[in-house]
Amino acid sequence: MAPHSIIGKPLPMTDGPDKVTGLAKYTDDLAVAGMLCGRILHSVHPHARIRSIDTSKAEALPGVKAVATGKDAPNPYGILPIGHDERVFALDKARYIGDNVAAVAATSAEIAEQALELIEVNYEPLPAWFDPLESMKATSNWIHEERPNNIEKEYHHEFGNAEQAFAESAFVSEERYITGEVTHAAMEPHSTLAIWEPDGRLTVYSSTQVPYYLHRTISEVCEMPMSQIRVIKPLVGGGFGGKSEVIPLEVAAPVLAKKAHRPVKITYTREEVFYAHRGRPYTIVDIKVGLTREGRINAVAARVVQDGGAYCGYGPVTVLYSGALLGAIYDIPNVRYDGYRVLTNKPACGAMRGHGTVNVRFAFESLLDQLAHDAGLDPVDVRRRNLLKAPCITVNGLRVTSYGLPECIEKAVERSGWAEKRGKLPYGRGLGMACSHYVSGAANPIIRSNMPHTTVNIKVDRDAAVTLFTGASEIGQGSDTIQAQIVAEVMGVKMERIKLVAADTGLTPVDLGSYSSRVTFMAGNACLEAAKNLRAQLFAAVARKFACDPAGLDARDDFIFSTEDQRLRMSFDDAAVAAIDFHGALVATGTYAPPEESRGGKHKGAGVGPSPSYSYSAQVVELSVDTETGQVRVHRIVAAHDCGKALNPLTVEGQIEGSVYMGLGQALQEEMVWKEGRLMNPSLLEYRIPSTLETPEIESIIVESHDPEGPFGAKEAGEGSLAATIPAVANAIYDAVGVRINSLPITPEKILAALREKETQRGAKGVRSNGGPR
Amino acid sequence: MNKELIRLKVNGEVGEIAVPPQKLLLDVLREDLGLTGSKRGCDDSSCGCCAVLMDGVPMLSCVAIASCYQGAEIVTVEGLAPPGTLDPVQEGFVVAGGAQCGFCTPGFLIATRALLDRNPNPTLEEIRVALSSNLCRCTGYMQIYESVKYALERAHAWEVARPAPAGK
Repeated sequence: MAPHSIIGKPLPMTDGPDKVTGLAKYTDDLAVAGMLCGRILHSVHPHARIRSIDTSKAEALPGVKAVATGKDAPNPYGILPIGHDERVFALDKARYIGDNVAAVAATSAEIAEQALELIEVNYEPLPAWFDPLESMKATSNWIHEERPNNIEKEYHHEFGNAEQAFAESAFVSEERYITGEVTHAAMEPHSTLAIWEPDGRLTVYSSTQVPYYLHRTISEVCEMPMSQIRVIKPLVGGGFGGKSEVIPLEVAAPVLAKKAHRPVKITYTREEVFYAHRGRPYTIVDIKVGLTREGRINAVAARVVQDGGAYCGYGPVTVLYSGALLGAIYDIPNVRYDGYRVLTNKPACGAMRGHGTVNVRFAFESLLDQLAHDAGLDPVDVRRRNLLKAPCITVNGLRVTSYGLPECIEKAVERSGWAEKRGKLPYGRGLGMACSHYVSGAANPIIRSNMPHTTVNIKVDRDAAVTLFTGASEIGQGSDTIQAQIVAEVMGVKMERIKLVAADTGLTPVDLGSYSSRVTFMAGNACLEAAKNLRAQLFAAVARKFACDPAGLDARDDFIFSTEDQRLRMSFDDAAVAAIDFHGALVATGTYAPPEESRGGKHKGAGVGPSPSYSYSAQVVELSVDTETGQVRVHRIVAAHDCGKALNPLTVEGQIEGSVYMGLGQALQEEMVWKEGRLMNPSLLEYRIPSTLETPEIESIIVESHDPEGPFGAKEAGEGSLAATIPAVANAIYDAVGVRINSLPITPEKILAALREKETQRGAKGVRSNGGPR
Repeated sequence: MNKELIRLKVNGEVGEIAVPPQKLLLDVLREDLGLTGSKRGCDDSSCGCCAVLMDGVPMLSCVAIASCYQGAEIVTVEGLAPPGTLDPVQEGFVVAGGAQCGFCTPGFLIATRALLDRNPNPTLEEIRVALSSNLCRCTGYMQIYESVKYALERAHAWEVARPAPAGK
């Protein structure tokens, strides 16, 4: 087969020119005539019954066009069918500081803000729960009456027999790891513009990763048929999971627009973005791993408690991912998992890049490193001895179709100089390694059904433009570009010929959204199917003109030609016209649904974790620790990622580097700090995402395992690398100064305290205090 | 509040606008002039998404009172290059992956343009420091450095094509 002309090339993103000229439109950049400004009133109490709300003064303020409270939209919603526990405005109780109580639409922002101050809410404060372990013990004042002991969900899984395996292990270790709560901090604050059309329809522009779920939710909350609502996703300024479920403003704006019969735009302040949250929960991981004398991992057992905040959100999915992907990266015969999702009076947590896998991976890979040292083994060797052999099915029923982890490990080891440097670096400088994996989309949809996860349509008209109608949501990761590349490659046309109409429920077929790294795999496969169909239609028409066999035709660079006879060659423009004349119209549909075999086992909770394929990562971090200040300076991160096939190496590398960067932030400096339900750092000055100064050199290495079911062999690239970075940093800190910090973020204070403790212990034993673990 | 008539020179064009005296430059650009390229990403001048060139110096338009900058040469991302063309810096961010979601990109372009105008041959460390007031959540900054390097190469290619200025 001839090499690809478009697939595998580092092409710039198709929307790049718009983004660098300032012409690109994000939701808050949109304005329409008569547009009102919406503002939301947030609860000042972490847990309070709402006795009454008096909006009369706000309504009387000149310029106020609508005021809405819980009574205006009482229908509950939530991203999971089992978790419809949210309302756009609190009806009976406010459950966290920042919970949504009422909203105003006015002719200016100033008037809207003034009106908020005129709304009188009569609260009856209730005892509140902030610590998940305390909250689990609650016998009264539950956050949701239907959730006893404030436990949203718990799952208990056992595959094999972990206890017996521990008894038979030569090395067993058990530790507690605690990870601070982190948030997405996408640069674009959430924004929604809802337009009430004169004919009673609703058009909603929103910064969302999931237009389809938003479409459904607006229909439920506003009690309007979906056919009367059109949801459009303009450019989105980053999501990372923070826009992967319906955020209150996305329903508040439609409710206000419906009430005012006017367009209403709400854009969150950065502080509101922090309180909208849906990030990665504070998590307590008690984990135990057993190793045989030969370095085989015999068993892993983990008890995980996640502080989910006040609403369900994606919670049960998060806690299930933690269990499903806990052991499945390696060949581990015995796995036990106890997961608890606990409610507290704080903003709801949700899906964040690496959803559910990150905190348990930190625990597992840190403990594995510790065990390797106990067993006198190279941490890399331990991982080499526990690899899966694809194709296979893991002990918990996950079907692995391709497995590039061995190559990831070898590449990361080679490029980092692991063998040459390890054990030879001076005290204070260290190397650490860790691995991670992630799904290429969920094999089971959030709402169980047999519908395709993605459908795309392609049409070619007499102008010979190729228009792809896709519901998939570009959020900056480059998925529009990837889909265009797939269509262009298969149809043999230049990229410039492809036009994308995307993520507009009025025009494009359903795609479930940009979450769980599903778009390249699923929308990509749908594009592949539709483009192959069109190619066949084109070839049939061209073959008829040339009186040749269509099997002997090929297409490339806007030409369709015979591979056997050079004289038979037709421009795409002519071929398109010929095909339309021949077929009547040149259109095709492609769909994708994960195969039945990929959908996992039958146990309770088995639906989360299965994916049509998995990505793999291995990373090596080199860093220095200043033993006087506890400051960590990361010098270099080598990150190898198995993405199946890099359809676009430029965007794949961008995804790997972005994931590593976000992992680094969680490892060393990011944490949401709470005090009695109030966020102490709700700004980008105080919640410190890494700037250029804190971000080291990241070397990304693409590994291609050619998945048999991915489009051109591709699988996910956007999330899987994140989880390896954190334990690789922790393990490198141990290598540098001989202390293990089991809580995130690993701050200078924690390192200094651990170093002091180590000194004290050594002093007590009469051992010289300088010198690392070696 | 009563509005006052102010005169601003933005992207080479002078215009008169009636605005409340305390109105921020970012809001004037976005709401009154329709220049929505400059973004608001924070509440506390921490993200850099709203940066514009003020007489060649990068400045946060979210903390600038518009009426104070009458007479200054203001350049936004929309004015970095003549319409229909791309500045080498803009081209670099397209070609080398510096723009993923694109929301921080206008601020980074402004900071980069300002850097290259005062230091045509920056080291990686100088680039790193010059861009440290801008936050990007997508890229991990590697492809932003690649984008700046691409711009440098393009700019130098132009230099070579042109006669060297006197004194160099």
